[in-house]
Amino acid sequence: MQRYFKTIRLFWSTAFASQLEYQLNFLIELLAMLGTLLGSIFILSLFFTGGRQLGDWTWESALVIQGVYTFLDGLTNALLRPNLTEIVNYVREGTLDYVLLKPIDSQFWLSVKKFSFAGLPEIILGLIIVFWAAIQTGSSFSLYSLFVFIISLLIGFVILYSVWFLIAASSIWFVKTWNATEVLRALLAAGRYPISAYPVVLRFIFTLVLPVAFLTTFPAEAILGELKFNILFFGFILSSLFFIFSRFFWMFALKHYTSASS
Amino acid sequence: MHNNPSDLIVVDQLSKYYRVANKQPGFKGTLKHFFDRKTYDVSAVTDISFKISPGEVVGFLGANGAGKTTLLKMMCGLIHPSTGLVDVGGFSPQRRQTAFLNEITLVMGQKQQLIWDLPPMDSLYVNAAVYGLSDHEAKVRINELAEMLELGEELTRPVRKLSLGQRMKSEILAALLHKPSVLFLDEPTLGLDVNAQARVRSFLSEYNKRTGATILLTSHYMADITALCPRVICIHKGKLFYDGDLDSLANSLSTSREVKVELKNPCASEQFKKYGEIQDLNDRFVCLLVSRDKLTDVVSNLLTDFDIIDLEISDPPIDQLIGELFIKGEVN
Repeated sequence: MQRYFKTIRLFWSTAFASQLEYQLNFLIELLAMLGTLLGSIFILSLFFTGGRQLGDWTWESALVIQGVYTFLDGLTNALLRPNLTEIVNYVREGTLDYVLLKPIDSQFWLSVKKFSFAGLPEIILGLIIVFWAAIQTGSSFSLYSLFVFIISLLIGFVILYSVWFLIAASSIWFVKTWNATEVLRALLAAGRYPISAYPVVLRFIFTLVLPVAFLTTFPAEAILGELKFNILFFGFILSSLFFIFSRFFWMFALKHYTSASS
Repeated sequence: MHNNPSDLIVVDQLSKYYRVANKQPGFKGTLKHFFDRKTYDVSAVTDISFKISPGEVVGFLGANGAGKTTLLKMMCGLIHPSTGLVDVGGFSPQRRQTAFLNEITLVMGQKQQLIWDLPPMDSLYVNAAVYGLSDHEAKVRINELAEMLELGEELTRPVRKLSLGQRMKSEILAALLHKPSVLFLDEPTLGLDVNAQARVRSFLSEYNKRTGATILLTSHYMADITALCPRVICIHKGKLFYDGDLDSLANSLSTSREVKVELKNPCASEQFKKYGEIQDLNDRFVCLLVSRDKLTDVVSNLLTDFDIIDLEISDPPIDQLIGELFIKGEVN
């Protein structure tokens, strides 16, 4: 276990060092991130001018969702995108062979090898928005609601990771899956707005079929102290299943890789 | 089959088939290929058996696509065999157990594992952590190998600014950090200039002597094989063609010898025809291919018939022989 922690530390410090090799690119990434964020807050503010409501969400509570989205988007930019879109290259260039011959879990390696520090401001900003907006709604935090918030964020992240990893792992067969990951980003973007802002059918789909609700709406409800325990429980089971499935799928993909690659 | 404890690697009746799709050219072919894929099995490796003892250096020879790389990858666990058995140090490679992975390493000449934008040193410490080496152990090991490989400040320069030779040596360093006892090298000198090739070769030979590590390598530079491998395994079209020492391969292949003669006066080519096959004739220099059983007669006749300044007898170059071998194999 200690070996894994030390490996992560070295993975990320080397990732940081290689990003600093290209300073300008790093600055541009930061600027792009800031632009997207300002844009989405502006759109959200349009919905609420004139005291309109989105579903049964007030401006402040909708802002909490925006904060959760920003946080998850930051994590996506920091971890998921740099690592999972790279799997395709490992397969295409054959360097996956080196990873498979390391005495370390290959899914671990492929999932945490890189860390893009351009995602970090978004992560921090997202959390600031969440807490600031939550205070504005007048809800009082308890240690319990904070705990539930962290758990539900974890649930959301694990679901997003697992689905993304599944798609990325399928590159072992298809080699090109870049478009599929774009669809996934669009899915996450659907979580910018409260789930109850969508029509009933979409609401159903986003909760049960494509678990968008678990990504943003439920964590937001958690910090506002409105999340029902059975949903948290259901989310926990769902995310565990997703994760286990992603592992089995990876084993299956590797079996194919090792029997068909040359 | 009885496994002798002195065998480190046992390969028994190993075969590998691939299923490949057959696509006809043109748009119609593409459509057909998309909707109704016709596949058939291609055999990459067929029924290969051999054993390797600890500390051996074995070269795998064969033309491109002969199955060398597939065989090597089956031995390090990257490709599952279709039928047959591979055993490396008591492990089944395809299970890729940690204890097995700690004992082996793979270097591929055409694929790199070092981080492109950073100095090799950064990648080395990442590798050390992955193998669970402490910083101190890693440092000692890096210094030791860097000295053997003649690497110095190159290790702190970004990989992208290194020459191909320096990069390859750094790759080898990264691959040997965890003291593996079995080295799988797939074309380790690919693209290197003659000097860099020679340095890699002398390092590998020294490493083998110092550590007793077993080295298996594929190369299509004959010089790699002749300099490093007392034993060669020739693969042709996925089948084992020859397994034995390099010298007797040369002997069994070359039923003839090269006789190079320097004459006092230039002579016409017709005069040499009766002695053997003329390889080269240039003014006062003649090169003849003479079959071994006639060698002594021919040489003594040459000495009596001509004014000879110098005479040299040698084996034809080995790569020429191997080439002939594969062509012969084609005919059989």
